[in-house]
Amino acid sequence: MRPELICPAGTPAAMRTAVDACADAVYCGFQNATNARNFPGLNFTVDELETSVAYAHERGTKVLLAVNTFPPAGKFDLWKEAIDTGVRLGVDAFIVADVGVAAYGSETYPDARLHLSVQAAASSPEAIRYYCREFGVKRVVLPRILTVPEIKQLATEIPCEIETFIFGNHGLMVEGRCSLTNYVTGLSTNMDGVCSPAAQVHYERDADGNLSSRLADFTIDCFSCNDKAGYPTICKGRYLADCREGGYYAFEEPISLNSSPLLPELIAAGVHAFKIEGRQRSRAYVKSVVSAFRKAVDAVMSGDEPNLADLVALTEGQKQTEGAFKTKKWR
Amino acid sequence: MIAKLAMTQSSSLFDGPEPGKLPALVRFPLPLFLLQPILGRIVRRVADDEPSVFNRLGPHKYSRFIIDPANLPFVLELHPDPDNLILRACSKSAIPEHDARISGKFFDLLQLVDCDQDGDAMFFSRGLDISGDTEAVVTLRNALDDLDGSLAARVADMFGPPGRLALAALRRSAGYSAPTP
Amino acid sequence: MTGNLTLGPILFHWPAEQKLDFYAKIADEAPIDTVYLGEVICSKRAPFFEQHYDEVADRLQRGGKKVVFSSLCEVVLKRERRAIEGFCELTDFEIEANNSSALLHMNGRPHRIGPMMNVYNETTMAYLVKGGATHFSLPVELPGASAEILAKTAADLSVGTEMQVFGRASLAVSARCYHARAHARTKDNCQFVCEDDPDGMPLKTLDGKPFLAINGIQTLSQTYLNYVSELPDLQAAGITHYRLSPHSQDMVAVAEIFRDVLDNKIEPGEGDVRLSAATGSVPFSNGFWHGKPGHLRI
Repeated sequence: MRPELICPAGTPAAMRTAVDACADAVYCGFQNATNARNFPGLNFTVDELETSVAYAHERGTKVLLAVNTFPPAGKFDLWKEAIDTGVRLGVDAFIVADVGVAAYGSETYPDARLHLSVQAAASSPEAIRYYCREFGVKRVVLPRILTVPEIKQLATEIPCEIETFIFGNHGLMVEGRCSLTNYVTGLSTNMDGVCSPAAQVHYERDADGNLSSRLADFTIDCFSCNDKAGYPTICKGRYLADCREGGYYAFEEPISLNSSPLLPELIAAGVHAFKIEGRQRSRAYVKSVVSAFRKAVDAVMSGDEPNLADLVALTEGQKQTEGAFKTKKWR
Repeated sequence: MIAKLAMTQSSSLFDGPEPGKLPALVRFPLPLFLLQPILGRIVRRVADDEPSVFNRLGPHKYSRFIIDPANLPFVLELHPDPDNLILRACSKSAIPEHDARISGKFFDLLQLVDCDQDGDAMFFSRGLDISGDTEAVVTLRNALDDLDGSLAARVADMFGPPGRLALAALRRSAGYSAPTP
Repeated sequence: MTGNLTLGPILFHWPAEQKLDFYAKIADEAPIDTVYLGEVICSKRAPFFEQHYDEVADRLQRGGKKVVFSSLCEVVLKRERRAIEGFCELTDFEIEANNSSALLHMNGRPHRIGPMMNVYNETTMAYLVKGGATHFSLPVELPGASAEILAKTAADLSVGTEMQVFGRASLAVSARCYHARAHARTKDNCQFVCEDDPDGMPLKTLDGKPFLAINGIQTLSQTYLNYVSELPDLQAAGITHYRLSPHSQDMVAVAEIFRDVLDNKIEPGEGDVRLSAATGSVPFSNGFWHGKPGHLRI
């Protein structure tokens, strides 16, 4: 079985870049709260998606539409509209997290293909089977918390395909269960699709050249001149605790997931699709990462050693980890 | 998390060794008043060719940006408002009021608009600095990233063979080759 | 004003003795209607108290309290999956699911939906009711405007709605244990260091501002959610149950204050003053209900 490479598209140009770099599928979202990367200047209008779907389909690339946030009561229509529009434009699958959205999609469009978003936080066979049984989910995007042996075991216990993250932002909190941003900014990751909204991010430099990153009223980190910088996300910040000397990364360092060394094992474990994170990243990122992984997956499939270009420069804090895939000690 | 073209005026940004020598064009800049019509032409052309950029900018088309090539004697002032489009050079001693400022080495900024560098990666390595309204900068980055191909190459094309020669020289000096389309 | 006052599960790793004393006092003295029992955060902690549940549940019931068992919120490992399966077979007590793996086993049997289950809208609520859900604890970050719509939906569907009104707000959970990490250990070798922090381990920003609290795999707010002043609004919105989340402060006193406000014996303002006194002036917040940053006191 040849695994699919699922690539990020934050803009129509990024989608064309991913398609041209031989992605098997691209994922994207509308310019509103219905997707978990609702960032300024990013994502697709209805017209743009229509044109982009045509571009992708002409070249044999599938388009997956992320409708993977949680509509708050009173605003459900916007999510319905996203599903309706996606069906009309002929997207190949919907990536959903909310039970209500999944129910709407499966009941209204029984032929629509549903993928379970990582935001649904389905990390056990039972949870995944629930979504398969209730909504006919065809694929689950696994949380980035399982080891390769655990994934291999899981593959034997669920009736749907498995998609895992292979590269990109290394989320630490259970996705779809994090209200840290809302606690600080009043905007919700689950309901508004934002995480550390740029409008509330501030950088301040002191006289010695140290750089502080702040989210609204809270300092998230401080980098000395020689430190590599990171996103001002709360779970990648440095804090003080009584049991520690000085600031420490209480949750995780600024670091990116790069599981490329485990590609052969993951394919053997039964993973159907590999997802590259980064709809908020540039076309330059999409092009280098997608091209590198295209070659790597094709090499593994033809029995060769994957020879990955050095992707470290594109990683956060210019550090990478194989994360949970490699060892339980990560926990 | 935000996607950002970000950051920082680390001391290395000013002290580090130059990767290449700046070509004469920018090393001995034209008097600013000679530069203004060229800049105006550049920004109007991009705006005419790609009106969708302004939709992407949303409210930030009214934001005022300063682009500060750290090793050049002038900064660029950008107002991406389609009804009052401004791109002009200003002296570093008289930087106009602005909402956001993006600073970096000239060659790094060039690579950003030449589609050869990922802004986030540059931020992680602290090759870029933003101050002011972070959202405005992120939005501008995302809007410009939706332009196909290289923005630098588009601008060079406007000036025909001399423009393309100048860009090729800049790329050589910066130490990278033309991005593949 | 009326309303059911509930006591959520103890989120922290208190020694068994402390939990036994706590529940004895709650059973005898606290004006609470429903008590949720069970280890929600960490499956490694569960064995320390499992043998006491029968006794504690019995004591609470004799004190006139309804007892509900809450499930783990994170289910990954074999032992956690077995725990959930066993949990779903409980027949003597109502159960509250905090992970969707429990839903597979329900098949229409009555159950409650916990606050970590992401019920944000009417469609989700109605769907889960079809699967047997009878009662919903709404997400802590849900603003009042949405809670009101959900409470009306719940009333139409004849199910209960509950919101946390006191205690640190759960903001995130993870597969990684941050208590172990702070002490340079892994989760498998944590030596239960979380026991040192009965209300969570405080985290401050680099400039010394109190920010969050760590509880094993869970991250909570440093401020204590306090909706005593909002109780009339919650009541008007149609919320039927009000949850106090246990802390090391005097929870009987806390329960009495909320009870008095719910029973119109005292004004919310007086309740607030008494609450500050009873809790040793912990910082309070209520931003979530108002659709503002959660840490704010509006």
